[in-house]
Amino acid sequence: MKLFEFEAKDILHKYGITTPMGKVVSSPAEAEAAAAEIGAPVALKSQVLVSGRGKSGGILFANGPAEAKEIATRLFGSTIKGLPVNNILVEQKIDLIEEYYASLTIDRQAKKYAVMASTSGGVDIEEIARTAPEKISRHHVDPGTGFSQDTALELAARLPDIDREDAIRLGNILHTLYGIAMDCDAELVEINPLAKTETEELVACDARVIIDDNALFRHPEFADSLYIRLEASPAEVEARKQGLAYVDLDGDIGIIGNGAGLVMATLDVVHLFGGKPANFLDTGGGVGPEVVRKGLTVIMSKPQVKAILVNILGGVTRCDLVAQGIVEALNESTARKPIVVRMIGTKEEEGIRILKEAGIESYSNMEDAIKEVVRI
Amino acid sequence: MSIIVGAGTRVLVQGITGNVGSFHTEAMLRYGTNIVAGVTPGKGGQEVLGVSVYDTVAEAVKKHNANASVIYVPPRFAAAAITEAIDAGLKTLVVITDLVPQKDAIEFVAKANRNGVTMVGPNCPGIINPSNRVHMGVMPAHVFRPGGTGMISRSGTLTYEIASLISRAGLGQSTCLGLGGDTIIGLDFIRVLEMMENDEETEAVVLIGEIGGNLEEKAAEYIGKKKYPKPVVAYIAGRTAPPEKRMGHAGAIISGTAGTAKSKIDAFLANGVPVAEKPSDIPRLLLETQPDKPGRH
Repeated sequence: MKLFEFEAKDILHKYGITTPMGKVVSSPAEAEAAAAEIGAPVALKSQVLVSGRGKSGGILFANGPAEAKEIATRLFGSTIKGLPVNNILVEQKIDLIEEYYASLTIDRQAKKYAVMASTSGGVDIEEIARTAPEKISRHHVDPGTGFSQDTALELAARLPDIDREDAIRLGNILHTLYGIAMDCDAELVEINPLAKTETEELVACDARVIIDDNALFRHPEFADSLYIRLEASPAEVEARKQGLAYVDLDGDIGIIGNGAGLVMATLDVVHLFGGKPANFLDTGGGVGPEVVRKGLTVIMSKPQVKAILVNILGGVTRCDLVAQGIVEALNESTARKPIVVRMIGTKEEEGIRILKEAGIESYSNMEDAIKEVVRI
Repeated sequence: MSIIVGAGTRVLVQGITGNVGSFHTEAMLRYGTNIVAGVTPGKGGQEVLGVSVYDTVAEAVKKHNANASVIYVPPRFAAAAITEAIDAGLKTLVVITDLVPQKDAIEFVAKANRNGVTMVGPNCPGIINPSNRVHMGVMPAHVFRPGGTGMISRSGTLTYEIASLISRAGLGQSTCLGLGGDTIIGLDFIRVLEMMENDEETEAVVLIGEIGGNLEEKAAEYIGKKKYPKPVVAYIAGRTAPPEKRMGHAGAIISGTAGTAKSKIDAFLANGVPVAEKPSDIPRLLLETQPDKPGRH
């Protein structure tokens, strides 16, 4: 779960990392008041969950409360990369003399947490890695021993052209990031830029935190957050509400299947045979009619969908229950669309019979079914 | 001979009293798997399908000489269950549980490695060895038949799809295992390829990969560098997946330019491994790489 910038900064602040003075607002009047309270100049930062906000006009500066109000009015009415601006972070503008970088991520190849620091912040870490790899210092945390303060300080001190005082400040911050990841089950904690100011302080100017979705059960503070996290299409939001693994695509053939790999392979073969999938939908294993019905309803509600392919290989999943779900969805639907079903495995005969009674033929071969749905 | 599991495998089921655990215990028993005991903390003394249930892994191992455990416990208890199994001295673990917190997975995978434990999963369909009729997991056993094809996969149902195509072509499977769909998993293609190289039962290997990570690229490089002595055929799911979207599996995501199907396919082709365009091409490629094999295709 991606956190908004202001939520990420709240966490950093709680752990003793300096963040700019700021306030989250949801109306132009609040923006004006916040700017008056903070004192000019201020930055107005749209709280949307996409990268590249700045370049898309989502971050603007104001020299006083009146201007802050006027800019906020504009931002609230706009969208950044397709997402509406519901909140703005009004923040003290930081005068920086250097931009550093600090982060903690999970390196899936190494199966370890990776801590990274750079004296060349302000741009993507991928870009630093390309242009100034010598200015990145990296450490993989041994899960058996953890990440000590000493290791953190050494990691910072390894950076070229960093002075002793800054290395200590940066090292302490890196050590704190590890603590945050452990406490909050974060899979990413990133400060970029980490600004060095005239007063020799290090200030977290922008921050990103992603909480591991699988660990949300032990973090009600994030799981129960009331902020609406728009980073998806309406169909994706609806499907997620129904607990389905769903991704919107831009074609016209609706796809539903059981198992992520099987559905991905189905999309690939649809393309191979000249069709274009409208979505990815994995019901997961062992589902009842309800999940299939909901999944089909989400797909049928997409106007661009012309035909639907259901691809089920029953193991833990029972074909009869899937067939029931299909028939229910079609009976309920007002906009009935052609449907092609491929179904084999557990309770196959029963499933085929249920479909037949509803006038639906079922295929046993996946590629035959795909050819048919592409033909429609 | 076989890999990871075989004729001598004495299976313990952790989470045996749950819905999922008991359902699959029945299927595994029916297949012929030697299930010697089950564990559910607080349910010791019960019986499930004739299998005795214990409170702790240590107790079950001591009484029944179990030497492998298949784990179906819910995600929040997975780390504790795995830690307990490792501490009880088990060296083969098959972790079916999905949605495990990554922090836990990093810790228990490291612990498994420190203790010389082979861990299949988490978030995997399990492992099956048809010649010895051993199955630990959630696979539909009827699609498999004894044969010479080793299958290593990152997915579940797609594996069964391909296994059934291989079976129908007159080829069967030596051992088939799912590595797991999570970002942090115990095994990788290379470790299993090493085992299958020394496995007399395995004559050829099918690698079923998908987008995300670089396990496939590393496997391709390994096969090329080492001049892997057995024929290998690969398939990659997600050729047409959009970037930055999680395709069902936690690990199936293209991040930036990394993890694309193209990068994986190119790596295999560059190292002499044929890549099937669609699942139904796999049996044909397998037969082409083993010209002396009497196939039904």
